[in-house]
Amino acid sequence: MDSKKTMPVLIFAVVLVALQVATSLSGRDYYLTQLTMSLYTCLLISGLCLVMGYAGQLSLGHAGFFAIGGYTSATLTTLNLTSALEGGNGLVVLLAKLGLLVSGTSLFGEELLYVQPWLAFVLAIVITTVVAFLVGIPVLKLKGHYLAMATLGFGIIIYRVVLAVEIFGEADGISDVPGFTLLPGLTINGEMDNRVINYYIAAGVLFLGVLLLQNLIYSRVGRALRAIHGAEDAANAMGINTSRYKLYTFVISAIFAAVAGVMMTHYNGGIAPADAGVMKSVRYVAIVAIGGMASLWGALSMGAVLTFLSLRGMFGSYDDAVFGVILITIMLFAPHGILQLPFWRKFKKSAKDE
Amino acid sequence: MALLEVTQLSKRFGGLHAVNDVSFTVQEGTIKAVIGPNGAGKTTLFNLISGTLAANEGMVEFRGQAIHGLKPFQIARAGMARTFQNIKMFPGMTALENVMVGLHPRSVAGFWAGMLNLPSTWTEEKRIKEQAMDLLALLEIEQFAHVEAASLAFGQQRAVEFARALASEPRLLLLDEPAAGLNIYETAEVARLITKIQGRGITVLLVEHDMSLVMDISDEIVVLSFGERIAEGTPREIQNNKDVIQIYLGE
Amino acid sequence: MPLELFSQYLFAGITYGIIYAIVAIGFNIIYNTTGIINFAQGEFVMLGGMISISLNSLMPLPLAIVCAVFITMLFGGLLEIVFIRWLESPSVLRMIIITIGLSIVIREVALHIWGDGVRALPYFTGNVVSSVQILGASISPQVLWALAVCSIMVLMLSLFFKFTSLGREMQACASNRLAATLCGINARNMVTFSFMLSAAIGAVAGCVVSPITSTQYDMGTGLAIKGFTVAVLGGLGNSMAAVAAGLLLGIIEAFSVGVGFPLVFQDAIAISILLVILFVRPHGLFGNKEAAGLKEF
Repeated sequence: MDSKKTMPVLIFAVVLVALQVATSLSGRDYYLTQLTMSLYTCLLISGLCLVMGYAGQLSLGHAGFFAIGGYTSATLTTLNLTSALEGGNGLVVLLAKLGLLVSGTSLFGEELLYVQPWLAFVLAIVITTVVAFLVGIPVLKLKGHYLAMATLGFGIIIYRVVLAVEIFGEADGISDVPGFTLLPGLTINGEMDNRVINYYIAAGVLFLGVLLLQNLIYSRVGRALRAIHGAEDAANAMGINTSRYKLYTFVISAIFAAVAGVMMTHYNGGIAPADAGVMKSVRYVAIVAIGGMASLWGALSMGAVLTFLSLRGMFGSYDDAVFGVILITIMLFAPHGILQLPFWRKFKKSAKDE
Repeated sequence: MALLEVTQLSKRFGGLHAVNDVSFTVQEGTIKAVIGPNGAGKTTLFNLISGTLAANEGMVEFRGQAIHGLKPFQIARAGMARTFQNIKMFPGMTALENVMVGLHPRSVAGFWAGMLNLPSTWTEEKRIKEQAMDLLALLEIEQFAHVEAASLAFGQQRAVEFARALASEPRLLLLDEPAAGLNIYETAEVARLITKIQGRGITVLLVEHDMSLVMDISDEIVVLSFGERIAEGTPREIQNNKDVIQIYLGE
Repeated sequence: MPLELFSQYLFAGITYGIIYAIVAIGFNIIYNTTGIINFAQGEFVMLGGMISISLNSLMPLPLAIVCAVFITMLFGGLLEIVFIRWLESPSVLRMIIITIGLSIVIREVALHIWGDGVRALPYFTGNVVSSVQILGASISPQVLWALAVCSIMVLMLSLFFKFTSLGREMQACASNRLAATLCGINARNMVTFSFMLSAAIGAVAGCVVSPITSTQYDMGTGLAIKGFTVAVLGGLGNSMAAVAAGLLLGIIEAFSVGVGFPLVFQDAIAISILLVILFVRPHGLFGNKEAAGLKEF
């Protein structure tokens, strides 16, 4: 096997486990909550890294896809269908017969009947895929500033929709989202005694996603994507359907964002309009840029560290400003990411020489 | 039947007739050159044939099929490969990887196969790599396989670009000023490579500035001036054509 | 729709439209000299408003506005000198990210200085309730102020670019930077001037509309996207067309509210127009396709 390709994946798995062990040994289990959320964010970031770094397209609307995933799942799993079933609504009755509804009780002891999270998950992904295609086909014909503004515009529209539509909870968002039972015994929720399991669910999902992307990057398609990024017209002249490849990459990254959205929403038990905000999209772009655009590992490590620090409140009320400053500084002094700074290169080189 | 048939092709940029009513054919197995002074519309003509630009009027038929209006990648898949005047190596990729990209139309692994790392892709990758190495060997640059292509000398980059274009197993190879930026030794080397490519049964259409290269290797020459075809014939005929002498030497 | 209501919406539309046009012209001035879209353009409008509001407690209104415009102008020049000037042929992506970063930082700093409340300058003449009768509608005199100031500014800008040597030098840089440099024009200084100029006109707009639309720390993003829509609608780089496009967008928005289109989706109108224009006519309603094709993107 190619060690250049497999070693980072192995190291990645070890790091994921080591993080949990370290928190447990140091008695800081409470870090796991933010770590888990950081890992889901990393899932989105890894997809965005594929779009920005490998297909060379800027997307300022990825929080929109995160929101489409999260809101779809949250809406479907919080909609109480008890009365609809009694009322004989055809679709609801059919779903009930197929065993696609789950019953439960609310905090106030009210009887609940809602869509099985797996079905909601599948629907969320289907909707995201459709939207990503519809948006991607026209948008990806654009370049430079036009592409940036068009994706930003898409992001703002999604934000406006979730803020204005009653079923999405308007400014409050959606809360009391039930857990998502992947398999018996494996449930995504925010319960305290479920913390370690949830960390490993997030780690597992992220690992799987990264593995798929890593495979893709080292495949025929990945080579074509790098060619597109480097010299698009030459790639097209080599027989590569450049617009289709860019589109598929965009859709894949949108799906990654939506999966992150669904899982994070069930983990947090809710989702709010801020999750769809433009600042979130900018933040994701910042992280990928800091990691070095075409560096999956750079983006992942920066994503984990910065998201974790931000969630721990390290940046205080200057949270957004910190990301702005980081963005400017990196683009001014290290446009290829901080792992490409002379200091690191020297370090890497000396490590290689030994 | 001719391999490539260009009929009354025209392209205007605003009021400028970059290519005006140009027709010619390229016979299978030959080397044909398009020459003309700077600004004669040679590169525009090339971009029209390879689909980079859309023509205002006219037709391009390749292997008996109309290809005007198709995208560059579709034309490439139909069996027409091209190189670029200012050598467009894929940055950050080795010479070998550049040629492997050229094999894109001759391989199939898609997004799913790539993401899942299916066993079928392993054998395909192995084949792609071997074929790319063979092509580098054909162009006598296999020793640079693992060097970043963009860091090679200009002449070597040109050879990598030839290998990359040949990788799709084209019937027709379009060369856009293959001697641009090369010294006389490198130009002679490129001329030798072009005849070697022709020897493998590949038809070549080239745009060139360097008269010596064109006269040595071409079977037929088309001369453009201000977007119009002013002469067509064998190198000897062109050398003795009054109009051609006039546009090259002036009044 | 009765005439009174009609002219009410019309004037509201024109007021907003002219602001969008000013932001679009700000985009164009910088785009013409550098090929950059300055995503922090909307922040200049916010800064103009905020600084004049703060200064107004220390000095009379006209002086406060003049100082605010001057300060914003210097700030615009400073941004260029510190963040843009010394970069060697930066990529478009890099410039987009830098100006987005700047807009975020400016916004966050503004939040810490002025808080997240809504502020406003006092009316230049009269007060909230004073009005002028035009076409049967009661129009606030401030609307007329905004229209007058912005129209004069647009006029002066076009005179500036046509008849002053500095303006012509900036135009020269726009059409061919290398040739301009060879003629002895300092292209880098022209870029700094273009930032100062677009900051200044943004600040003027920010001051005159503050009494009507209020000023808030996060107003920049919305203005930027609408200004960009207008700039694209008119064809990037074409400032006179931007005025027409700005008025068009402002009036469409105003009448969409008039026919009962939900207010929360008002932003979506501009964005939808932007997306449609980008897909259908990226060279703008008034632009020339071939000319746009010769530009970088």
